[in-house]
Parts: sequence; structure tokens; C-alpha cells
Amino acid sequence: MLVSIYRYNPETDLKPAMVDIEVDVPTDRDLMVLDVLNLAKEKDTTIAYRRSCREGVCGSDGMNINGTNGLACITPLSSVVKPGKKLVLRPLPGLPVVRDLVVDMSIFYKQFEKVKPYLMNSEPVPNIERLQSPEDRAKLDGLYECILCACCTTSCPSFWWNPDKFIGPAGLLQAYRFLADSRDTAASERLAGLEDPFSVFRCRGIMNCVAVCPKGLNPTRAIGHIRSMLIEQSA
Amino acid sequence: MVTSATNFSRTGLSDWLVQRVSAIVLLAYSLFIFGIFVLYPELSFEQWSGIFSNNAVRLFSMMSVLALCGHAWIGMWTIATDYLTSLQLGSAATFVRLVFQLGCALLITVYLLWGIQIFWGS
Amino acid sequence: MSALRTISFDAVIVGGGGAGMRAALQLAQSGYKTAVISKVFPTRSHTVSAQGGITCAIASDDPNDDWRWHMYDTVKGSDYIGDQDAIEYMCSEGPQTVFELEHMGLPFSRTESGRIYQRPFGGQSKDYGNGGQAARTCAAADRTGHALLHTLYQGNIKNNTVFLNEWYATDLIKNQDGAVVGVIAICIETGETVVIQSKATVFATGGAGRIYASTTNALINTGDGVGMALRAGFPVQDMEMWQFHPTGIYGAGTLVTEGCRGEGGYLINKDGERFMERYAPNAKDLAGRDVVARSMVLEILEGRGCGPKGDHVMLKLDHLGEDVLNAKLPGILELSRTFAHVDPVKEPIPVVPTCHYMMGGIPTNVNGQAIMQDDSGADVIIPGLFAVGEAACVSVHGANRLGGNSLLDLVVFGRAAGKHIEQELASGIEQRVASESDIEAAMSRLNRLNETSSGESVAELRAELQGIMQNYFGVFRKGEFMQDGIKKLEVLRERIKNVHLVDKSNAFNTARIEALELENLFEVAEATAISAEARDESRGAHARDDFRERDDENWLCHSMYFPEDKRVGKRAVNFKPKTVDTFEPKIRTY
Repeated sequence: MLVSIYRYNPETDLKPAMVDIEVDVPTDRDLMVLDVLNLAKEKDTTIAYRRSCREGVCGSDGMNINGTNGLACITPLSSVVKPGKKLVLRPLPGLPVVRDLVVDMSIFYKQFEKVKPYLMNSEPVPNIERLQSPEDRAKLDGLYECILCACCTTSCPSFWWNPDKFIGPAGLLQAYRFLADSRDTAASERLAGLEDPFSVFRCRGIMNCVAVCPKGLNPTRAIGHIRSMLIEQSA
Repeated sequence: MVTSATNFSRTGLSDWLVQRVSAIVLLAYSLFIFGIFVLYPELSFEQWSGIFSNNAVRLFSMMSVLALCGHAWIGMWTIATDYLTSLQLGSAATFVRLVFQLGCALLITVYLLWGIQIFWGS
Repeated sequence: MSALRTISFDAVIVGGGGAGMRAALQLAQSGYKTAVISKVFPTRSHTVSAQGGITCAIASDDPNDDWRWHMYDTVKGSDYIGDQDAIEYMCSEGPQTVFELEHMGLPFSRTESGRIYQRPFGGQSKDYGNGGQAARTCAAADRTGHALLHTLYQGNIKNNTVFLNEWYATDLIKNQDGAVVGVIAICIETGETVVIQSKATVFATGGAGRIYASTTNALINTGDGVGMALRAGFPVQDMEMWQFHPTGIYGAGTLVTEGCRGEGGYLINKDGERFMERYAPNAKDLAGRDVVARSMVLEILEGRGCGPKGDHVMLKLDHLGEDVLNAKLPGILELSRTFAHVDPVKEPIPVVPTCHYMMGGIPTNVNGQAIMQDDSGADVIIPGLFAVGEAACVSVHGANRLGGNSLLDLVVFGRAAGKHIEQELASGIEQRVASESDIEAAMSRLNRLNETSSGESVAELRAELQGIMQNYFGVFRKGEFMQDGIKKLEVLRERIKNVHLVDKSNAFNTARIEALELENLFEVAEATAISAEARDESRGAHARDDFRERDDENWLCHSMYFPEDKRVGKRAVNFKPKTVDTFEPKIRTY
């Protein structure tokens, strides 16, 4: 099959270009997009992309597949390309390209770090674990599973416009993961860091993040919860 | 906490609330006007000015003008900070945005004064 | 001085997985100048794929649980070549280490009383094997590794650890006195090669499951630390011991947690028979992993395998009900639907034993200090070198690791190494110096690769290597086969030496990294092959057709592989725990 890949090597290319490569894809089973990319790399070793676990839990191979962000390793070919059509692979949008499908994710990680993504608890540490009811623990479901693949954040127009100011869906999902944790005692400090017009409030509810999340998470809902908490706190 | 030169130190929460409350006021006012047209299919100017000589209606109208001004100001500011940023315009961005917002402010002030004149003028 | 830029640290940790980040956290809290070099962003490390949990006697499921029972299980699981002082340390320090993780925010699943949820795993017992099945594996649903790795990364952010992300260590720098003074590393993004000098170099480089064609391991598990140690001439221990996980998804190789069987799932053959009842009448599907994997292979060899080729068996979960599966094993449902095209709520999952874990590695003591032997065979500490996690062989897993013990190994010994290095640094150790020629020696491999103009491709050679390992050094092994395999590897070594790097660019050149990784894979594979051929007995994961019995007289010991003369020696197992009586070797049944 024909695979069209975004190619850019800063050492040799003035401009990026889409380059087609013919890959022999076995027809007896439905390959994942990453398998196809690996086959392409066997033919042309200069293609650069990130990959690690190849099972959708490490978040390395987020890319734009035929126009939609997703993880190459858990996106079956049949779900994105009709037989006889081209597979089109581009880097995640909205971030600087380092080379080919590899983007510079520093600003994404910076936004993640801004939300203080760690538990803060000012109470004395017990000798065993801190207790938490199954109900309270259930509030973290749909939040802690994030793999930081950046599919959501780089599909968000608000992040494209203000990547340095709007935290983006992935970071905000983690912000709420700690706000929702019954063991965290720093809610007001966390909220104070989020009440400006950009960090949270640039979310316009476009919901691209929900549409593309490979783990089926819902950042828009988490952002709604953060907003409610901000309102409650100011009331 | 993110700050911006043209932010005028409002919080995102107050902006968000102003947008929502003003939107509700504007919706209510729109329904009110729409209701008038439904109730008086053949509305004459006398009837029209009669309705607007009522102080409650004038107050409601004035509230809507204020809501419109607030809504527009925040909306335009938001648009400016989405599209007129250094990402798009480089170092000129802040200047361009200031000019743009000055224009918006001027227009909004004109609308506000005009509104006052219409509803409370002689 | 060398033309290369030099960066100096008090301690440098190579590898950003669970063990590396736990060690880093310890050192970051102490305020020493520490850096983590990771070839991937830390949360992409393979710890993220661990599912079932972290085994530890925190006495949540059973208030009378005792770390000594956990120790007994682990010693038995290791088929008695796990070092009992190390196992004692791990099992007794475990609860504190797990509580620390919880305090850092790890979102463990909970019991009704609010404590950490524990599930049964294979090889677990109460009262030294006399009290029936225990439930000792602390779980965050079936995403414990993900939760643990992210929590550790978060902890490191909080403590401002320095990360050199997407940097790749190519070789150790060893000085004339045999001390380790740092590593050569490449910044992948720019291609810059840098000398990293450090008073302590910690290898937390993980496993090397990619030496096999079929593995649950991530593509990045290429045994870089073990490869570097071998090239530097240091010995490695118990490399023949490779765990084949009973339940890798047939065809894809992705892991299905032992927790499935812990929650009540079981394996069936083509007749629908729960065959583990025949092989392990007591523990059944929760026998040691080596026992279950071998039983599965026997079922398949005897013609009771499933599918048109009869080459796998099935894992049945549907009887547990949709609610339990959604609550306890949500990740497994996802993986099965994606990779096996099977919905476990309705139908069984096709599974096959798949290479999963390297029990062997760089020999260390409980402080993570790497060990070699002097001429008389006595242990000698390698100055400046530490190893933790899967790359290390402490050895707490011996010949077979119990499920849930790897995550515990990572955090307990990551922490222990961090603490020890902290003490060493506090006592004021000096930076050992490397000469120009030491650095030259460490650079030789990279220089050679960068100058290649012809030769074979990495992908081809790698596939060949994986094929040889899969065919000659799999679940069941045989002397003559292995000798053939070793001969094939010898030929392959020369070809890999001449591998051709077509792309010599600098920016994010993954082809160069893959070529370097291939050499590490080869070093690990060869050590595995030669050690496996030498151990003429069956023990734990090492099962030989030609030597079916355990031979305590000759092999109740570690194997040591010495790369310089490709010789296999022996090293005594520690049978002297400090606070409990020795667990004497017994016949191992489940």
C-alpha cells in the first residue's frame, strides 16, 4: 500500500514535504498503523518517529493519521484507510517538528508541570497508607489513566492559539486528577493558580480532545468540574 | 497563573461569569422583543414608543445595552488574544492588539452613550 | 582533554523506569547533583506496561499477613537460587516502600475499609505454604505499573530532578583501575555526543525481552545496561533464566496480567478442560509462572492446543461477569479487544507463553553495588557502578520470578541504591578520573558505526537474532540444539559487527540508536545462550529436555558469565538471612 509520510530533516531539508513510500502490507490480518510504519522504516531507515510499548500505554507514538490524532500502535489500518487508499501520516499538529513525525513536546510537558501534578498533603504522614474509600477512589477513574501522549492537547485549537498560556486538555485533566483526590489538601492553592483568563478558561468546549483521546478519557468534563470548583470557591 | 498585558487584571472566572450572565440577559431581552412582535403583529410607532416609555422596559433595555457592552468587550478581547498573538504577528502583536482593543473600546463606548441617549434622552 | 563536551554529576542514573526514578527521587531529596539519562521520556519506560500489581505484605487483605510468608514464597518461587539476604531485605522493606508510594499519590484500588486492595497472584501462600492461597498483590486496577511510573515521575517533578530525556548512553567509561567513571551519551535530538562524568553510575536500563521474536516487552527493551557491562568486561549472572509469561496474547505478544487468573480466570485447552488441575492440583492456575508456562506448552505439544494450528490455549474470564471485569480488569478488556479481536466478557482470550522477564543481569548486593569476582572467585565490588531493577540480579528472583515481585524489586532496590549512594557521597568520595584513552576506548564502538560504508541492515540481523533465540533457547531447551544455536550466534556476531548505518545524520537519528541497541541485544543473547548451555539441569524457568531434574549438588548456585573468555563460572547463593532461619531447598510443587 501507499503510505504518505511527512518528511523533514533539519540538516538537509529547507522545507518539509509529504513523501510517498510503497509498503508491502500482509493482507491476512489487520495491521496497526505502527506496524506499517515499522515496515516502512525497514525499507527507508531514515524515517524518524517515536515508539515504545506498542500496546497503547506508553503514549510515545501519538501522530496525525489521515487527519485525526491517535496512537499508531492501537489504530487498526482498517479503521483509518479504505482499501486502495493512501495512509497519510503527519506529526501532531501545533508543536514544532524536530524531524519527520517527531515533535518537540517541551511546551506540552511545561504546561503539565504547571498544574503541580503531584499529591500535596500537609497532614502528618501515617504509618500505613492514607485511607481512601472506594467511592473517593472511584472519583479518580477516567483521570489517572492519562498517558501524556498529547493527542488531545495538540488537537485543541485553543492550544494552537495560546500554547504558552492555555494549559490544554491533558494538563487540565491532571489538574483535576489532584483536585478530585480526597488525599490532596492543596485545592485552594491549585485553584488560585488556575483562575486567570487563560489557564482553564480558554477551553471553549470544542471537544476535539474527547473525540481523539485514545484512552477514552474526557478532559472537557474535567475542565467543567474545575470551573465549578472555581465558582464554588469564589462564592 | 497566566497574565497578559491587556488583561486589566480580571480573573478568568469573572470574565466567564460576565459572559454567561450577559448572555442570559441578552437572551431574555431578545425573547422580550420577539414577544412584542408576536403579541402586536401590526405594531405601530405609537404602541412601540408607548412600550418604551415604561420605566421598567427602559431599565431592562439599559441593562441589555450594558450586557452587550460587557459581552462584546470580553468577546473581542478573547478573539484578540487568540488571533493577534506573537505566534501570528511576532513582536508587533502587543501593539496591534492594543490598537485593535482601543478601537473596540471606542466603538463600545459610542454604543453605550447612544443607548443612554435613546432610552433616557428627552 | 577530549574534544567532547563533559558534564559532571554526583550521580547519574541511566534509565527512567521505576527503578531509575525511585533511585533518582532518593538522591534528588538529598540534594546531590543527580541526573537521569533516559532514551525515552520517563513515562514511556516499560514499567508503564506492568498491570497486575506490586506484591507486598501490607496486611490489608489478611490482617495477619507476614512478610516472612512472602519471603518463603519468593525463595520457593526462585527454585532456591534467590539470595535469601536480598529476599529478606525486599520483603521486609516492602511495606514501607509501598506506603511511601501511596503517600506520593499512587491511586491504588481500595477495600471497603479504605485500605489498599490486594489480589491473589501465582505462587502466593499463607503460613509458609500451609495456609492456602494468599492475596498479597497491591493493585491499581490492572494498570499498577502505569500508576506507579507516573507517580514516581510526579514525585521527581516535585523534587526538581534533572532529566536528560531522549539521551542514549552508548558505553561505560572505565579507567585503568577498573573503576567506572561515567558514560558516553548521545543527545538524540541533536546527535551531540557527550562525556558524562559521575561519582556513581547507576544502571536502571531494564530488561532485554527483545532478544526473542515473541515477547511482551516494549520495543525499547534492548538490554542496554547489560550490553554495556559486558562490553566493559564485567560478568553477568543467571542469564539463562528468562521468564516466559503464561498469558501473552496469541499473535500480538501483548501481556495479559496474571491478575486475570488471580481474579478467578483460568486456562482451558481445546477440549475446554481446565488443564492446570492436572499439573498443579493445589495452586492450579496460580502455580509459579514457569510451571504454568511449561504445562501450556505440553498441552500444545500433546495436541490439545486451540485454533486451526493448535498452537495456543485459551484464558477464560467470561464467567466472572461484566461488572467484575469492568472494575478489576478494564485494561485487559481494552487490550483483548484491540489485539486479539476478542471480547473477554463473552469469549476466552487466545494466549501463549511469551518471553517476559530477565531474571538474570548485573550481579549486585542489596545496596545496588555491582559485583565481579577476583581470581579466587571471591566477590569484589566494582567501584562506581550500580545496577537496579530488571537490569540487575540482586538476586531476588533466582530461577523464576513471582508475579508482582518485579515492581517491588524496582522500588525497594531503587530506593536502597539511592540511600547507599547518598551515604557514599556524604562520606566524600572523589570523582575518579578517566584518561583520554579510556574515553577513546568507550567511543570506539560509536566511531566504528559512524564510519560504516557497507554491510547488512539492522532490521534483518535483528530478526535473525530473535529467530535464533526463539527457536533454540525457548521454554524447553536441549543441549545439542543450544550448541547449534551458539554456533549460529557466533556467525551472527561478525555480521552484526559489520552492520551498515546508512543514515549518518544527527537530528533524531533513530536508525543509529537501533544499530547501537542491536549490539546490546546481541551481547545479552550470547550471554543467555552460553549460560543456558552450561547449566545442565532443570531449575525454575530453565527447563532442559536432556537434564530434566534439578541438580542441587552441582547447580544450587548462580551462574556467572565472563564475557572476555566466554566462560561460565559459579557464584554461591546466599542462604544466610539476618533475622529469620534459612529456608532449606525442598522439592518444589504447587
